[in-house]
Amino acid sequence: MTPARSQRMIADTPEIGEVTQALRDRLEAIWETKPGFVGWLASVDHKEIGLRYIVTAFLLLAIGGVEALVMRLQLIGPDRHLLTPEQYNQFFSTHGMTMIFLYASPILSGFSNYLFPLFLGSRDMAFPRMNALSYWVYLASALFLYAGFVVGAGPNDGWFNYVPYASREYNPGLNMDIYALGMILLGISTSVGAANFIVTVFRCRAPGMSINRMPVIIWGTLTASVANLVVIPAVSLAFFLLWLDRQFGTHFFDPAGGGQPLLWQHLFWMFGHPWVYAIVLPAMGMVSDGLPVFCRHPLVGYTAVALATVATMVLGFGVWVHHMFATGLPGLSLSFFSGASILIAIPSAVAIFAWIATIWLGRPILTTAFLFFASMILLFVIGGVSGFMTASVPVDWQLTDTYFIVAHIHYVLIGINVFPVVGATYFWFPKMTGRLMDERLGRWNFWTMFAGFNIAFLPMHLTGLMGMPRRVYTYPAGMGFTTLNLITTIGSFLFAAGVLMFFWNVVKSWRGGAEAGPDPWKGPTLEWAIPSPPPPYNFAVIPTIATRHPLWEDDLDEGRARSTLDRGMTLAHGKEALATTSLDGEPDMILKMPEDTLAPLMLTLALTLLFAAMLGKLWWLAAIGSGAVLAALIFWTWPRRQLLEREAAVHG
Amino acid sequence: MNGPLAYLDGFGRRADIVVPLTWAVTIISIAVCIVIAALLWMAIRRGREAAGVDAMAVRRSEGGMRFITIGLAVSLVPLLVTLVWTMSALAAIGAPPRRARVEIDVTAHQWWWQADYAGDQPSLGLRTANEIHIPVGEPVLLRLRGADVIHSFWVPKLSGKTDLIPGQTNLTWIEANAPGRYRGQCAEYCGLQHAHMAFEVVADTPAQFAAWRQAQLQTAPPAATPQQARGRALVEYRCALCHTVRGTIAGSNVGPDLTHLMSRSMIAAGTLPNDSAHLAGWIVDPQSFKPGSLMPAQALTGDQLADVTAYLETLK
Amino acid sequence: MAEQVISAPRSLPVGPVESHGVGWNGMACLIASEAALFGYLLFSYYYLGASNPRGWLMEPHPDLHLALPNTLLLLASSVAAWWGERGVRQESKGQALAGLALALVMGTVFATVQVYEWHAKTYAPGTSSYASLYFITTGLHMAHVVIGLAVLAMLILWIAFGYFSPLRRLPVSNGVLYWHFVDAVWLFVFTTYYLTPLLGFAR
Repeated sequence: MTPARSQRMIADTPEIGEVTQALRDRLEAIWETKPGFVGWLASVDHKEIGLRYIVTAFLLLAIGGVEALVMRLQLIGPDRHLLTPEQYNQFFSTHGMTMIFLYASPILSGFSNYLFPLFLGSRDMAFPRMNALSYWVYLASALFLYAGFVVGAGPNDGWFNYVPYASREYNPGLNMDIYALGMILLGISTSVGAANFIVTVFRCRAPGMSINRMPVIIWGTLTASVANLVVIPAVSLAFFLLWLDRQFGTHFFDPAGGGQPLLWQHLFWMFGHPWVYAIVLPAMGMVSDGLPVFCRHPLVGYTAVALATVATMVLGFGVWVHHMFATGLPGLSLSFFSGASILIAIPSAVAIFAWIATIWLGRPILTTAFLFFASMILLFVIGGVSGFMTASVPVDWQLTDTYFIVAHIHYVLIGINVFPVVGATYFWFPKMTGRLMDERLGRWNFWTMFAGFNIAFLPMHLTGLMGMPRRVYTYPAGMGFTTLNLITTIGSFLFAAGVLMFFWNVVKSWRGGAEAGPDPWKGPTLEWAIPSPPPPYNFAVIPTIATRHPLWEDDLDEGRARSTLDRGMTLAHGKEALATTSLDGEPDMILKMPEDTLAPLMLTLALTLLFAAMLGKLWWLAAIGSGAVLAALIFWTWPRRQLLEREAAVHG
Repeated sequence: MNGPLAYLDGFGRRADIVVPLTWAVTIISIAVCIVIAALLWMAIRRGREAAGVDAMAVRRSEGGMRFITIGLAVSLVPLLVTLVWTMSALAAIGAPPRRARVEIDVTAHQWWWQADYAGDQPSLGLRTANEIHIPVGEPVLLRLRGADVIHSFWVPKLSGKTDLIPGQTNLTWIEANAPGRYRGQCAEYCGLQHAHMAFEVVADTPAQFAAWRQAQLQTAPPAATPQQARGRALVEYRCALCHTVRGTIAGSNVGPDLTHLMSRSMIAAGTLPNDSAHLAGWIVDPQSFKPGSLMPAQALTGDQLADVTAYLETLK
Repeated sequence: MAEQVISAPRSLPVGPVESHGVGWNGMACLIASEAALFGYLLFSYYYLGASNPRGWLMEPHPDLHLALPNTLLLLASSVAAWWGERGVRQESKGQALAGLALALVMGTVFATVQVYEWHAKTYAPGTSSYASLYFITTGLHMAHVVIGLAVLAMLILWIAFGYFSPLRRLPVSNGVLYWHFVDAVWLFVFTTYYLTPLLGFAR
């Protein structure tokens, strides 16, 4: 082959063109998911995967919610026995596992999956097949984890799963083995997804989108993903060591053999606390991006908010011990972690004041989405100050492991995750489906959820101050808990009714909501520049970005540069996307994107087989599972012909 | 804010230091919520528009950063005050104010508490369960251990929590400044009956404490009636596998020491009042009160139960 | 007057070129995550070492007779892999195959010696927390060695098929980078288990 020919196959000058119907047709043919069930299973379209994530996570939210309601019935009055102690313990453990691991993080992954390429002006994520893998493994691990609960062998030691109660001596059933192995499986999904987000942010932005022009949610998800990437191994390792202790007689956590129960707590919370930030920072990003649209004012203090996001996580790595203040640590260590936990309030305050300033200076339009976003500010503050109280060690020694903490964690997780997520659904539902959600039902939805949530959880702070310990299946009369618990139960059912209204609104609007058009909210970012729902290729031409708000440039009229959205690189020689440089967003290379494939699903099935075999200690089956994993990986990584030089002539 | 476990009022030296701090951070927190809610309310009221998004162009108003800088500057004040106050409170409660003259080894079991009092000589040491007596106005040193899983020692009116962890010994101290009964509760999830793992700390005057201690050193009295003798034989036969009654052959340490059972106000780790009806009910069917408890049900005839109860009631 | 900006690059690489491509970023993420895993394993060692009384170390004076040469062998295999990758860069198939095959052999010898070391131990994973940690840390490292060897084997196969060229060789660069990582992380494991006791940690 001649050098000149080799040169052309390796490099190309992208064509510049307008958005034409011919181009759309051509791209549609290249990018669309193939019809039929197999096509559905093989799809690597980030929008398809994102929706699957969102639907699955909401289903799990509903299941976890039902578990909570059953527990609230048990606690409606003193000495009630709807559930046995063992059942109650499995319910609260499974509720925590579901909400924290199977809802809160995956729902954000779902939104990020759907929206990232749209925000960034890209045609897909950096690794579409890994994207599919992370979803399938998430689904597999959710089924794996729930398999135990269904047959009465669910986790029964809380989501935190402290040893020695989780060890075989005190917990001889399969409960903990299912939980441990399922969590390792879920960790694979989360890590793969995190890597994909990171690389997508750094490599798949539209030209001109330097990092100071990214939407704030990108900062949130990027920060969360970096954290996940380095802390998931801690919890996966902890669960793996626990499984070895339980099944193979090792002594990592067993004091009789020189192990330490506290080693579990360190490994778990080194993961656990950054994780808490990982499940709120992207949701805070949703508010930072959504709220300004309804205030008709750009977010105040973009740079400060972006830096605060990163600072929260940096500090978040150094506060894990505040979950362990009562474990008898030396005073110096207590002081350090107490100080760090108090100071972590500072970056959160930056975001709070930025949002308030945005509303103050703007002209808020009270849509349902706005109500959810704005109410989140208040709920965040309540959850934040109760967290600040626990950062003070002497106070925490009283507060910890009481219902005060239960109230705190729910203000954090419902206030900073569920409320923004529901708001984000109202906000982006038109983009995903082409239809608007019902605003009238939306008001009912919001006020029911808001009232129910606060009726349930605000008095719970008092329950905690009255001294009600956490994780008790019942409580005696005469302790001052009775009335408060009754109120909480009433509030929780009201809250559940609000969530039902939300689900109903989604179903109803999906079927027959009003037409949304491409840009119902007159938003600033790239997703509003394309049709609703977006075509499989997202952007017919690659947009060029000149400012932080490409669609608001005429209104804001700041500076002379204008983004170009209707003309740009067409990249229609096969399934192509653009890679840009990490910081400045300069065009760097043309990516040949993978076709739809069953490889991710095959790898998931192989992994699930392997984990099921490990659970049953069926080593021959584990060997088959490992072989299948290896085969799936080789099939996956086999170099694609079009990327090999000798085959590259197909290009163009 | 009254309740046996409420901790916004306290009766001990540690509580005297921590309660004001707790109130301070609570008030700061409530104030912050009110201020932010008011700001949010005003911000929404101020520019609220009835128009839809279509009608409204986007404008940028200057001066937004002022919110952040002023907000941060104001927030820093309570944060720093709390930080300094926390550190000084932590230093103040880190160690007892003077050398403790009473030292107790507390061992937590699923789901009850064992307390061993060190004596000046071994014969003056004593063991009890679920009811810990301390002298008023004296710092008491506690050495905490977990016998099986992790538990947490918590007497809200006197002090915060310290975990009892297998394989390590944690130290803490308490001091009551008023006589009384203070309820305690296991505060770390420890399994099926975590809910029913309470205890009482009884603060006595020094004289009462000395008398209590003296009484606890006694062995069980001999049976005074034939019924008590039959009861005692049954206890030695049935209960001795797990319990100790000093002065009899019952000497096992799986369950609580019963030598002075009747000196305690509650049974089953703070679950039931200690009267003969509850005692009998507990012996016959503990699982109905504490499902999962390690105490098995005793198949006793009505007469046998009366004998056992009659004997146990002599263990004052 | 507003000014439209439009990105119209003159020429862009199509697909990964040399060691350039999003696949490289993906490998960097994998390595970061795996490095963290070993970080937590070593944290567990130092945590248990520091919180246990004297006598926790099963081998206060680790025997370096096999471990040190074996470590040097593993490092040398990294050099061989690098040399093989250079063969791909210079379009020398022979050098590429020889380099990677040499790395594969050296890695296999390393693994074999390590298995022999395990057999020679007087303790088993269930003996104590030290023993558990020793076996799980070296065991997880061994799992990475095995994966690395599989990667090298696949690369050898693909090079033999003539799949790569100086420009199209990202899989080779990524695979060799992974092998470098497996070797580098061993240095930390080796230092922890074989050298820190000699320096006095937990002794």
